[in-house]
This record gives sequence, C-alpha cells and structure tokens, in this order.
Amino acid sequence: MDALSSIGWALDGVLASILLWLAWRTLSSPALFRAVVLFIAFGLVLALVWARLYAVDVALAEVAIGAGVTGALLLSALARLEPPMGRGRRGDKDDQEF
Amino acid sequence: MTPPGYRQGDGRNAGGQAETAAGARARGQIPSWARASIALLLLALFGGLALAVLSLSSPAPGLSEAVAARIGESGVSHPVTAVLLNFRAYDTLLELVVLVVAMIGAWSVGTARGCGGDTPGPLLRHLPRLLAPLMVLAAGYLLWAGAHSPGGAFQAGSLLGGVGILLCLSGRPLPDGLLGWPLRLAAMLGVIVFAALGAGVAALPGGSPLGWPPDAAKALILSIELAAMLSIGFILAALFAGGRP
Amino acid sequence: MTQPVFWALVGMALVVIGLYGLIVHAHLLRKILALNVISSGVFLVFIALARRAPRDGAAISPGPDPVPQAMVLTGIVVAVAATGLAVALIVRLRAMTGRTTLGDEADN
Repeated sequence: MDALSSIGWALDGVLASILLWLAWRTLSSPALFRAVVLFIAFGLVLALVWARLYAVDVALAEVAIGAGVTGALLLSALARLEPPMGRGRRGDKDDQEF
Repeated sequence: MTPPGYRQGDGRNAGGQAETAAGARARGQIPSWARASIALLLLALFGGLALAVLSLSSPAPGLSEAVAARIGESGVSHPVTAVLLNFRAYDTLLELVVLVVAMIGAWSVGTARGCGGDTPGPLLRHLPRLLAPLMVLAAGYLLWAGAHSPGGAFQAGSLLGGVGILLCLSGRPLPDGLLGWPLRLAAMLGVIVFAALGAGVAALPGGSPLGWPPDAAKALILSIELAAMLSIGFILAALFAGGRP
Repeated sequence: MTQPVFWALVGMALVVIGLYGLIVHAHLLRKILALNVISSGVFLVFIALARRAPRDGAAISPGPDPVPQAMVLTGIVVAVAATGLAVALIVRLRAMTGRTTLGDEADN
C-alpha cells in the first residue's frame, strides 16, 4: 500500500515535471517548428496525465485531438505561413489575386 | 502569371522582414525589466491561485452521486455519455453549433488550397489506403462502446477528422458532385438531427425539449451520436483544409 | 497534499506559463500555442479538483465525477475548433499583409 502510493507519487512527479518542461520549451524555443512538435508531445503527455486522473474519456479525446488534429492543423499552418526558401509560395500568390 | 523575380522578392520581404520584425518586437520592444515584472506579477497570480486551492473545503461538492442515481433512466450505462447526451444535452447541442460557426468563420476568410504540401510522397499516397478503413472501423467501435465504457461521439468524431486529414494530405480531390450542398449538409447534420429529435420529444405528451423518454433514450442517443460524429469529423477535416472548397 | 491538489497546482502552473508566453511573444502562431497551453491548464485544474473526496473519510474520490469530464470533453473540441479558426485568420492576415504579428507597424 505504502510502496504503491510512493510509486504513484513518483510517477506523478515525473509526469508533472515533463509536462511543465514541455510547456515551457513550447513557448520559449526560438524555432516555431520545434515549438509545434513540442506541443504535440505536450498533448501526448497530457493524455497520460488524464489517464492518471482516471479521466479515460478525456484521455482518448486528448490523444485524438490535442496531439493529432491540433498538431496537424498547426503544422499545416506553419507550412503556409513560413514556406521554405524557393518553394511553396504558390498559395500566397493565389490569394493576392482575390 | 507573376514574374519569378517578384515572387522571390516578395518571399524575401514577407518571410525575412516579418521574422526580423517579430524578433525585434519580441526582444527589443519588451525590455528585460518588463519581462521580469510580468513574470513577477504572474508568480503572484500563481501564489494567489495556489492559496485558493489549498484552502478549499475537504468534503468537496460533487455530482457523481446525482448522476449515479438517475443513470438508469438515461438510456446508456456510461456516466460521461449520459451527462453529455442526456443530462446536459443543451451543452452538447450548443457545442456542435460552435463547431459549425467556427467552420463558417474559416470558410468565410479563405478558400482551401490543398492541404499544405504540394505533392504527397509515396508514403502519404499509399498509407491512407491501409489506415483509413481501420480508422473508420475504430471510430465506429468507439461510438458503439461509448454507451457502456469510455468512448463516444467526440472521440470517434476526432478519429474521423483524422481520416479526413489523411485523405486530404494524400492528395485525393473530393468528387465534384460532393462539393455543393452535401458538404454543408455533412457539417450541419449533427445540429439538425440533435435539434429535430430534441424538439420532437417535446411534442410528446408530457415531454420537454431534449428530455428523452427513458425507453427510447438509447436509440435516440445513438442516432444523435452517429450524426454528431459525422459532423465533428467533417468539420475538423474542413478546418484543417482551411477554407471553402 | 493529495493527488488532486497536486495536479491542480500543476494546472495552474501551466496557466501561468501560458499567460507569460501569450504576453511576451509577438508571433501569432506562438500566441495560439500559448492559448492552447492555458486551456490545457484550465482543464487540468477542473478535472483534478473534481477528484477530491465527495464526503469525509476518503482523501480521493473513488470514481471520477462524470460532469467535469463531459464539460472538459466539449471544451477540448471547442478549443480545437477555435484553433482552426484562428489559424485560418492568421493565414489570411499573412496573405493580405505579409505579416504574422499584430501591431501598428503596418507601414514598414
């Protein structure tokens, strides 16, 4: 009982420090691409935290949305906002014509 | 159409200067003393919030017992689904409306132009063939399982959204016949079915809006969940595509 | 300190980190990331505090309270919809002005 709860506390502590570190790095790393990837990792760790808190429905939704859909959305936004040099400018040109 | 020189100049101007301007704003216009005072203020905020949490009363008020008392007449045995689609059905209905409004907003500011990449690689061209049917199957399972265990329309809908994003990335265009009203119907389906059934049960003798009669509740909830799943999946994929088709 | 209180404190730390990022960064995509971190923190506070004991005796509630879970579930979906709308707005702003930040430096 005691050993179990101390293992639980250790797990909580590790998860919390990873979560806070990922959140901080997401908002402080200079490269936006790295920030988005760190945010996806943040979503996955957060899903583990929901499972720790017995909120399984929320964990499922977080994996599918927080890590999957939001990550894809932000990555595609990044590709549109900051295209690599020399390619991918077509989209903006199309928009200028509207 | 546009000469390549213009394009390159535009690229340098927009990409380069926006970046340096952002950098200058982030580093130059917010001096370090301002950052430090912002951090101090936020630390004080954190301290106040922490005190508030630590002083909360120990026997906490909760609703699990209230939910457990009435779950028998909700039509499903999983409490979260019962709360979502029966006890707090107004929340869920309006949440679907919020999704539709967000999609209308995204459609009104721009047109979809493919899905980010120019040409999909071999992996993206062929992987969806394998993955998409499996993900649809998993979504169907999650929807069905939501009645008695974790799962339900939201999780299944976001999986469907993932299917839509995969198909979008794999570069398959939508058939032209689907581009008009079928797309709009798919987005509105959840709201339409939910609101129609909710109003329909109000017309029953002794019924109230969104108050499902206990013996028909399971069928009503499952059909609403099916429509909501389709709408959520479609809207998430449409938000990813980023605009009007 | 019990597990619910611990995770509520972590959620508040996330809110504070997100607020700092929201204020300090100018790039709009970074602001979206910060808003998402804030909303995750709020959800974490909500779910964690719902696990406190409903009655005296036990420190932690045996089963999770379904009502906050349902509300957080809708909240997550609304957050992703808001993110999608914000991304569409930013892409439009970038297409029209070439900038990815807000502010009054329009004439540079």
